[in-house]
Amino acid sequence: MAKKAPEVGEYQYGFHEKDVSIFRTQKGLTKEVVEQISNYKEEPKWMLDFRLKSLEQFYKMPMPQWGGDLQELNFDDITYYVKPSERSERSWDEVPEEIKNTFDRLGIPEAEQKYLAGVSAQYESEVVYHNMEKDLEDMGVIFKDTDSALKENEDLFKEYFGKVIPPSDNKFSALNSAVWSGGSFIYVPKNTKVETPLQAYFRINSENMGQFERTLIIADEGSSVHYVEGCTAPTYSSSSLHSAVVEIFVKDNAYCRYTTIQNWANNVYNLVTKRAVAESNATMEWVDGNLGSKLTMKYPAVLLKGEGARGMTLSIALAGKGQHQDAGAKMHHLAPNTSSTIVSKSISKHGGKVTYRGIVQFGRKAEGARSNVECDTLIMDNESTSDTIPYNEIMNENISLEHEAKVSKVSEEQLFYLMSRGISEEEATEMIVMGFIEPFTKELPMEYAVEMNRLIKFEMEGSIG
Amino acid sequence: MAGSTLEIKDLHVEIEGQEILKGVNLTINGGEFHAVMGPNGTGKSTLSSAIMGHPKYEVTKGEIILDGENVLEMEVDERAKAGLFLAMQYPSEISGVTNSDFLRSSINAHREEGDEISLMKFIKEMDNTMDTLEMDKNMAQRYLNEGFSGGEKKRNEILQLMMIQPAIAILDEIDSGLDIDALKVVSKGINEMRNDSFGCLIITHYQRLLNYITPDKVHVMMQGRIVKSGGPELSQRLEEEGYDWIKQELGIEDETVNA
Repeated sequence: MAKKAPEVGEYQYGFHEKDVSIFRTQKGLTKEVVEQISNYKEEPKWMLDFRLKSLEQFYKMPMPQWGGDLQELNFDDITYYVKPSERSERSWDEVPEEIKNTFDRLGIPEAEQKYLAGVSAQYESEVVYHNMEKDLEDMGVIFKDTDSALKENEDLFKEYFGKVIPPSDNKFSALNSAVWSGGSFIYVPKNTKVETPLQAYFRINSENMGQFERTLIIADEGSSVHYVEGCTAPTYSSSSLHSAVVEIFVKDNAYCRYTTIQNWANNVYNLVTKRAVAESNATMEWVDGNLGSKLTMKYPAVLLKGEGARGMTLSIALAGKGQHQDAGAKMHHLAPNTSSTIVSKSISKHGGKVTYRGIVQFGRKAEGARSNVECDTLIMDNESTSDTIPYNEIMNENISLEHEAKVSKVSEEQLFYLMSRGISEEEATEMIVMGFIEPFTKELPMEYAVEMNRLIKFEMEGSIG
Repeated sequence: MAGSTLEIKDLHVEIEGQEILKGVNLTINGGEFHAVMGPNGTGKSTLSSAIMGHPKYEVTKGEIILDGENVLEMEVDERAKAGLFLAMQYPSEISGVTNSDFLRSSINAHREEGDEISLMKFIKEMDNTMDTLEMDKNMAQRYLNEGFSGGEKKRNEILQLMMIQPAIAILDEIDSGLDIDALKVVSKGINEMRNDSFGCLIITHYQRLLNYITPDKVHVMMQGRIVKSGGPELSQRLEEEGYDWIKQELGIEDETVNA
């Protein structure tokens, strides 16, 4: 035998540590809860006002009637803020033991040695561990949790916060704006290239606890940065909500890549708004892996605002039993000679449902713009389904748009071929699936690719026969 | 007798309800090269797929036995691990899986857990074998059969054969689509396998492959049965005279299965 079959039973990432939280709000969402959060964090008045205004927006806006089924989502049954420990830690030694144990099992220390330039690991709703290499500081790069940035870099923060995704954008961006906590703040100064990926790990570790992180990245002119976030979550029985907002500014000639691997527990609603603005000749790339969750609705967007700006979204989605991945991308071509690429790879199994939902928009000024969209789906069995819902809006005649969609099954011939070389049906299936998502995994930093492959193997367990 | 023995006894095979093989008898011993020849549509490829266990082919009667073990009870991968190998006429393309990763998994599938081939040894063996087959080195890193030309696919099948070193190999029309130079190279590879324990079943409808690989025994297949067996001289006669004399001799009007 070449490889040992994954062991059935315990799901490696399904563990959870004892809850060490020291402050939490009561369940449900009220003005008082929002005030409590803001007071507790000792925020400036403008932020409290922003939160309260957002809360009103949230109350006013209806639930989305498209995408996935949100009927079982009960906003009154969620804790909106939990603080796990007194303050952000700077060194690994100071991180509480139990939190460390959780990270240990995720392999963070090892990953850090090899790849981390700076770590901000989010445990529940607060960043508890934060480590930034000195040379990053020397370069003038700011990489910290968003709460600290509000305190320490208020002017910069205020200039960009909520500017790409206003609270009124959608019900969940309003919710996040009202109760946000944690997330990463990154500022890369002009002409500064950050060579190693900046990373953060996120976990939900408390039952019914929402996680509303807020990430803000500013890549100034001519700079370059790669941010990586990976998510694994313990499996709990009742519904949980993850509703993040990610805003990114990519200035002239700058480059930003944002890589996510999310592996939420099967009861998590993952409703995330991600949007970037790309100025002249800037490049924005979303690399987005969606595993797990009960329902994911996520469509990373790029506003191609400056001439020659480039956008890319490369995503995979995997939906198993009782899961719906409603994911895709949005590319808004607002300037001449802008270009975009969308590659979406989806896998459905055991009755899971995957939907590609995307928008490619060419505005009046998008002379010479071009876009290429490729959606591939692999359906593992007859109970599983897939949908492709592309939406194109074209206001300029001089553009080029290509769209290619492919739905396939693991074929009998492929399995026969691999098995005729002694490879087991399980391993053969796995190889075909891994091959299918290879265009995605090859873009990941090494240790994420390894973790990704491992997660896919777990997910594929029992997918045959 | 060294090596393995594959026995096929009174094999009847259906595909989608239609009987293609109507009682095939054939025994291949280690060290022997057998050729099964015959016009198109007489059941040659069905025989090879049925031996390997393709799910589309249903064995309705008869036996396939490898060293006393009932092959028909084995899954496809178990047949491979028992020592069978099929070089396919139309190998599948598998995107995202590199040729070398696939090959290493295949080799390791034949070995015990904990006894996997070392990476260095694997790379060295693959390099050498690719040299023998005059294959471009970048084919190791290309995705399995994806975008390979007909000739590249055939060489790649023989590469696998040479690296997996099965007890008994079935080569299904390994010569089709090959030009004469490629045919020589592929034949060279197959001949290198020849020893007193390796058994081989070569399926072809052209004599020309047998100019390079001399079989010990030649069988002619018609109407889903082996209708004539002989030595290498039989293939020579087929080359010169075609199949009509056999049909006349046996009173066969149409050699295909559908008749």
